[in-house]
Amino acid sequence: MKFKIILFLGLVMLAIISACQSESQLEFARYYSAGSLVYQTKCQNCHGKNGEGLLSMIPPLTDTAYLKNNRKMLACLVLNGLRGKYVLVGKPFEGNMPPSGLNQVDIANVLTFVGNSFGNKMGTISIEEVGNNLSNCK
Amino acid sequence: MKKLSLGKYGILLLVLISACKFNGNRVLPILGERSTVTRVVDGKTSIDTIYKTIPAFKYINQYGDSISNKNLDGNIYVADFFFTTCPSICPVMARNMLNVYNTYKSAGDVKILSYTIDPQHDSVPILKKYADKLNVAGNMWWFLQGHKDQTYLLGKSYLVSIAEKNPAGEYIHDGYFILVDKQKRIRGMYMGTKAEEVAKLIEDIKYLKAEYDTPAAK
Ligand code: HEC
Repeated sequence: MKFKIILFLGLVMLAIISACQSESQLEFARYYSAGSLVYQTKCQNCHGKNGEGLLSMIPPLTDTAYLKNNRKMLACLVLNGLRGKYVLVGKPFEGNMPPSGLNQVDIANVLTFVGNSFGNKMGTISIEEVGNNLSNCK
Repeated sequence: MKKLSLGKYGILLLVLISACKFNGNRVLPILGERSTVTRVVDGKTSIDTIYKTIPAFKYINQYGDSISNKNLDGNIYVADFFFTTCPSICPVMARNMLNVYNTYKSAGDVKILSYTIDPQHDSVPILKKYADKLNVAGNMWWFLQGHKDQTYLLGKSYLVSIAEKNPAGEYIHDGYFILVDKQKRIRGMYMGTKAEEVAKLIEDIKYLKAEYDTPAAK
């Protein structure tokens, strides 16, 4: 019983706190939580639960500098996949990431999730930003 | 509330009891078809159970060596089916199989066989590259290439299903890891995409090894 009361109070507090969040924080939370679901179904198999990748087969999503420097390319990468050789976290990778088939909304969601998990801190990657970047895919 | 938890304990107890004991170890069931033969020896009739075993096969591994069922004599092994370009479940299966590999790579009598179901693409050099990317070296884990028809048939003996490419260019296959004993009988099947089931496989290999360590076993 005590547990239930504590749980209830906790929920109430959560509700109060989230009501106090600013609109942009709320927006971020929406992207992030939707993105975590997309990640689980579309990316986790390969990149791993904690973005750790798989040895030399699949690169990790923990290279914060790489993601930051390539922010503008990420939407195209997720949409169209990636093929070729490159070096990440000091390790050579040569692999093939298939196109994801995700729509603009889910790309924004999953990028906001990845961009703010596994040590990354990139803020919200909005639908508008994704739309702009997608129009520049090579 | 009380009643429920009592029920739960009851079930737990049942499970504990039904997991039969063998020198303090669990004995794994023997899976697959079986038949019986009746034999008369010295006027006494006895009924023997014949278990289905994995039939003979011949493949090439990632080093280009020819591998047959003979190379597995005296070994327990885990088999699975995969293809190197598989985008969906194979990376998870590989991640989980690596746990089996790392646990038993120096055991000496445990092997892993990964049969490709796309031999046309998965040539010996491609299999070698795949093994390298997983840091798999030595002769504990073999990636095997052979005739497609043979592999499909063999899949049936391992009780798994493999189908032709679907329109998206993927092979549909279930991701089972199959545990085979030294007599080439199937002793367990574990979903290779589920970390919990693979943890159980790793545990079960220990029990299976113990069967051969006790004098009673042949
Ligand atoms: C089939 C496995 C697979 C799936 C599924 C997959 N990726 Fe990848 N991903 C790869 C591989 C392999 C590479 C490296 C490609 C190369 O070597 O050219 C990569 C590279 C990347 C990169 C750039 C390098 C890095 O590690 O930062 C990002 C970002 C990325 N993937 C994000 C995602 C996201 C987000 C998803 C889900 C929408 C996803 N991937 C789904 C296999 C996959």
